[in-house]
Amino acid sequence: MADPLLIYAELTQGAAGRTLKRSALEAATVARRLADAAGARVVALLPAPCPEGEAALFEHGVDEVRVAPASPAGRYLLEHEAPLLAAQVEALGPALVLVAASPAGKELSATLAGHTGRGLVADAVDLAPAPGGYEATKPVLAGKAVATVRVGAPAVVSLRPNAVPPAPAPRAPARAEVARPPAGDRVRLREVVPAAEKRRELTEADVIVSGGRGLGGPEHWGLILDLAQALGAAHGASRAVVDAGWRPHAEQVGQTGKTVSPKLYVACGISGAIQHLAGMSSSKVVVAVNKDPEAPIFRVADFGVVGDVHQVLPLFAQVAREFLGPA
Amino acid sequence: MTTPPLKTLVCLKRVVDTETRVRVAPDGREIDLAGVQFIIAPYDEMAVERALQLREAAGDGRVTVLTVGPEAATKELRSALAMGADDALHLVCDGRLDAAQTAALIAEAVRDRDLDLVLCGKQATDDDDAAVGPLLAAHLGWPCVAFAHALDVEGRTAVVRRELDGESEVLEVALPAVVTAQKGLAEPRYPGLKGIMAAKKKPLESRRAEPPAARTERVALALPPARGALRTVEPTAEGLRGLLTALRDEKKVL
Repeated sequence: MADPLLIYAELTQGAAGRTLKRSALEAATVARRLADAAGARVVALLPAPCPEGEAALFEHGVDEVRVAPASPAGRYLLEHEAPLLAAQVEALGPALVLVAASPAGKELSATLAGHTGRGLVADAVDLAPAPGGYEATKPVLAGKAVATVRVGAPAVVSLRPNAVPPAPAPRAPARAEVARPPAGDRVRLREVVPAAEKRRELTEADVIVSGGRGLGGPEHWGLILDLAQALGAAHGASRAVVDAGWRPHAEQVGQTGKTVSPKLYVACGISGAIQHLAGMSSSKVVVAVNKDPEAPIFRVADFGVVGDVHQVLPLFAQVAREFLGPA
Repeated sequence: MTTPPLKTLVCLKRVVDTETRVRVAPDGREIDLAGVQFIIAPYDEMAVERALQLREAAGDGRVTVLTVGPEAATKELRSALAMGADDALHLVCDGRLDAAQTAALIAEAVRDRDLDLVLCGKQATDDDDAAVGPLLAAHLGWPCVAFAHALDVEGRTAVVRRELDGESEVLEVALPAVVTAQKGLAEPRYPGLKGIMAAKKKPLESRRAEPPAARTERVALALPPARGALRTVEPTAEGLRGLLTALRDEKKVL
């Protein structure tokens, strides 16, 4: 039988409680497809007990879930997760290790590649079999271009969240409990500071509403937050707005901020500097609201609303609430 | 607590300017470099700045900058020296290197150096792998924290803040360690004329480096698919309802 494929099933942590991230089901979907082509099994490593997560993995093509006890830190810490993942890689000898390209997943996958000498492709949006390994598609230059990269097996690949829709493929559950190897103590968690306001991780959001300098000032940011709430969206900001100190760095979308690929990106009062476009142009659908019909943002938009954000956004939020129901 | 003097290494990469409009070169694998400007990758520049700030806070210490790249990357090292770095090491290597090759070359070059801290940008803004920092830490056997938006040093401990799942973590990391810079870590200074003049006299060691065999190969580069024609939406309640209908029923994104 062909070497199995292993996915690291990332969990949310902290105030949100412990739930399986959708990115784990996306990884399972890609792994299932590759495993079917190779006649291989898909094994998922679940880094803490999460019964609902287990069930969802079996629904999405995973043959076996290996469940580890929760980390002594109570959340993701590279010093704890890297030895756990490495031990399972050692035990299974998988042809491919698939991890979400979240901040934690990028750190973890690169660390695994460093420790094992496996070839690494980071931030893939698609993955197909190739002679002797895999062929990945990955955005480079913040999405200004797309590279095709071959990697020989055994490999480590991180998969960009939201790139592949999870597909149901139910499997008969097989479950094993695995031990946590001794962890290093060189990194310790001193404290966790919750974000000042509820903030969704932009890189994993389905819908994002972003604001730019066209808002006129931080006092108008409520328009962005209100529309985001009406659409059930996360909220982001342009570099100009972050550099002006209106919004925190964590909200910046663009080449020097976060690269996002939501299903829907709503750009409000953003002119569309090239480095912003780079960070959001892989969104599935783009709506732009701007009073300047010549703004470059309209060149990457599917839908354009030419109008002043101060008038359009409240109306848009109101219509969205009527249309979608209260979020 | 006062910042101790540190021996810091900052890894930086020469990349195309983030304002570049990308064209694909005739080989179909790389971008066309005709007329393109190069810069220090922005996150690497933030790492340089934070290293300098820590040295200034301690009143002592040493900041070495390192790059792996073509001869021409000397310009980016000189820029970092002009910002205030003390010395530079250039591992000269032509052609495409993947993150694993780059990290292996850096690890080999610095393994025997007496260092407290290695800083990198979270990712170079060309390949966007966000991998060299953790790979390097794995090679050196050091702890690593990626995506730091704040970094202080207390004794032999780095105190690092980073954001994960919408929360800010404060981590204590035993030195020596590798930390990668996220936006917010530091706002890079502009080198003054004095800095630029001084940089010309600072030590810059340059040597050829032979990378290990690559485990990945880029076989193609393409521009992303173009979008369809723009559909104009009237800024009225009726127009916006039509937009929402199209988003839900036709595009299926709501």
